[in-house]
Amino acid sequence: MIPELGHFALILALTLALAQGILPLIGAATNQTNFMAVARPAAQGQFVFVAIAFACLAYAFLVNDFSVQYVATNSNTRLPAQYRFAAVWGGHEGSILLWTLTLSVWTLLVTLFSRHLPQEMAARVLGVMGLISVGFLLFMLLVSNPFDRLIPAAMEGRDLNPLLQDPGMVIHPPILYIGYVGFSVAFAFALAALMGGRLDAAWARWSRPWTTAAWMFLTLGIALGSWWAYYELGWGGWWFWDPVENASFLPWLVGTALIHSLAVTEKRGTFKSWTVLLAITAFSLSLLGTFLVRSGVLTSVHAFATDPKRGVFILIFLAIVIGASLLLFAWRAPKVGLGGKFALISRETFLLANNVLLLVATGAVLLGTLYPLFIDALDLGKISVGPPYFDAVFMPLMAPAIFLMGIGPFARWKEQSLPELAKRLKWAFGVALISALLMPLIIGKWTPLISFGLLLAFWVIAAGVYGVWSRLAQTPGVMLSRIAKQTPSWWGMQLAHLGIAIFIIGVTLVKGYETENDVRMNIGSTVTMNNYVFTFRGATQQAGPNYQAWVGDVEISKNGKLVTTMHPEKRNYLATGMAMTEAAIDAGITRDLYVALGEPLENGAWSVRVYHKPFVDWIWGGCVLMALGGLLAISDRRYRLHQRSAKASDALPVGSQA
Amino acid sequence: MKPRHKKLLWVLGGLSLLGVATGLVLNALKSNLNYFYSPTQVSNHEAPSNRSFRLGGLVVDGSLKRQTDGLTVEFIVTDTANNIPVRYKGILPDLFKEGKSVVAQGKLGADGHFVADQVLAKHDENYMPPEAAKALEDAKKLNAGKAPKL
Repeated sequence: MIPELGHFALILALTLALAQGILPLIGAATNQTNFMAVARPAAQGQFVFVAIAFACLAYAFLVNDFSVQYVATNSNTRLPAQYRFAAVWGGHEGSILLWTLTLSVWTLLVTLFSRHLPQEMAARVLGVMGLISVGFLLFMLLVSNPFDRLIPAAMEGRDLNPLLQDPGMVIHPPILYIGYVGFSVAFAFALAALMGGRLDAAWARWSRPWTTAAWMFLTLGIALGSWWAYYELGWGGWWFWDPVENASFLPWLVGTALIHSLAVTEKRGTFKSWTVLLAITAFSLSLLGTFLVRSGVLTSVHAFATDPKRGVFILIFLAIVIGASLLLFAWRAPKVGLGGKFALISRETFLLANNVLLLVATGAVLLGTLYPLFIDALDLGKISVGPPYFDAVFMPLMAPAIFLMGIGPFARWKEQSLPELAKRLKWAFGVALISALLMPLIIGKWTPLISFGLLLAFWVIAAGVYGVWSRLAQTPGVMLSRIAKQTPSWWGMQLAHLGIAIFIIGVTLVKGYETENDVRMNIGSTVTMNNYVFTFRGATQQAGPNYQAWVGDVEISKNGKLVTTMHPEKRNYLATGMAMTEAAIDAGITRDLYVALGEPLENGAWSVRVYHKPFVDWIWGGCVLMALGGLLAISDRRYRLHQRSAKASDALPVGSQA
Repeated sequence: MKPRHKKLLWVLGGLSLLGVATGLVLNALKSNLNYFYSPTQVSNHEAPSNRSFRLGGLVVDGSLKRQTDGLTVEFIVTDTANNIPVRYKGILPDLFKEGKSVVAQGKLGADGHFVADQVLAKHDENYMPPEAAKALEDAKKLNAGKAPKL
């Protein structure tokens, strides 16, 4: 009964989504207020029904209703309750439901925070989001229904993939989806602006906080995924350039370009067409990512071809979304006109260069991700593009972008003299260069790559510190009020840039100085690594809620003193018989110690991975700083103040047209 | 600077950046594409002898042997038509099992062994790496009627 209720709720949500997608757009085009007024209640009603459907599926999981196909495939009676809840998005059908729920939450937020917008703008934004929702609801109802019954019901479920039975996996998909789907708001704003023919600073100001919010969640989501891979996959890697990872990284790259381009559009009224194109691209790549991950095309192009319903649906949907928005762009963009002019050396140019570099990097990553699929689809053989390709392409493209990141904030809008810029920044560069050259010597090993990585990071930090210092020095008053007088979005920018630098330091030091040892350890034998002595005390069997585990006992000491005892596990999940490595990690600011059990050997010995990872946590720390920077930027009062004044001035032209 | 010159400068800058990027991509692709070969192709000497490639198929039951260092393992990969011995030093992934599919990356050694530097872990036990699935399929087509060597 409850699953049918969920199914029915999806159908009702679809009817409301249709109303939300069609009527307001007609209303905005023909200037009928009552049609436009449908947008808000329809969107809010749609949210209620999607939420009901989601709750029904969650309920089916919590009460182990194995008469629902999706529950029987992804759960088990012995699965702990929190993972039964997380199992709602452990498979394809539920992930799409989560996607749709996320979209309806974003739409709900737009209905709540768009009261200051001109009615036709709000109607168009909500209308576009309604149409996207129609696509996803149809997808579920036609080819991927999470409420499909299994008759007769299964006695026991097949269990959730053990890799996903982890707290990191409980929160990673929702956060990532909030980011992914959040770009739909930027997309909807861009299309609405195109339809209305008002690509102006006000439009950029409205879409900025939404875009930054989506970017912030995407940053956190990717970082969580990377962190999860690090501790859960059991071999200490944190990024693999795997197609699934690339699928989330591509919209991030374009989203990063978009938030910078939006800044130019808001401040200078220029880059307008470019910004719209970026908003379309960012959301299209989110959809493409969903397609790649959810259609099974990555597993095998041929498996996809034998059961093509889902993949073909998403592909058609993708084609419609991209095709329609590009058509609209081609039709309306020529009327947009150019914004303010700018000189060759100006802040605009620096931001343009950042955008171009980010986009070229996106193209290179996209090519590496899709190339094997094309080759396979054309039956030209099986190939894979290894991580070295991505490293070799991505690093050289990002290095100049990072270098410009230090300069950009100092450059003036419109025109900037290069000698003056050089004069202001020479000390920051000198300090960065000298410390980057010396630091590796102090740590013990010097290579050009380590120094270069550190140079980029120190350069960003030095330029940032100098920028903050000179800005504060120009502001009158006591220190505290000087800090408070800067806008939160300016602090947010500084913090996010600092986050990039911290991230680069983490990556450089881990790649440069990590020590990885795969060793055989007898009971009582030791491994010494960077002054840490690892002593293996054996492994014992223990029972978990739904698995049996070998739990290792590894003592770590330094200079004869016991530092900690680590307990890596080798689990065997009962329902699936799958083995899982649970690494033990002793995390620290300057280093992680990482121990994972390999395989049992004779006489209680084990093969063991013993890793020393210097500064690895800085990688995710940097991402958290970037996200915090985004949060600060959104909190800027400017957006709310401007919104209020925008309301007063924008109401006029709309009224006068009527 | 005249506006015309300025525009030319922009175009030249854009084109040179694009050129550099294309060069980077092509160069990196050339040296980092991993071609896949099945045991049958390796037996027929179709696989390169000096560069790294991927080998996929099933791990033959009972073929896994561990050397005394506890880390070096040898096993046989088959596509049911031909067998290739593989040597690997390191810890095998969780989902490595005899009788199950596997994909290994490495080079052919002088003694005819495939020396793997990476044995790939996959996220799900029921999932077969596409390369391994294709090797088995090809062998089946090739071998229709013939008795397998196992």
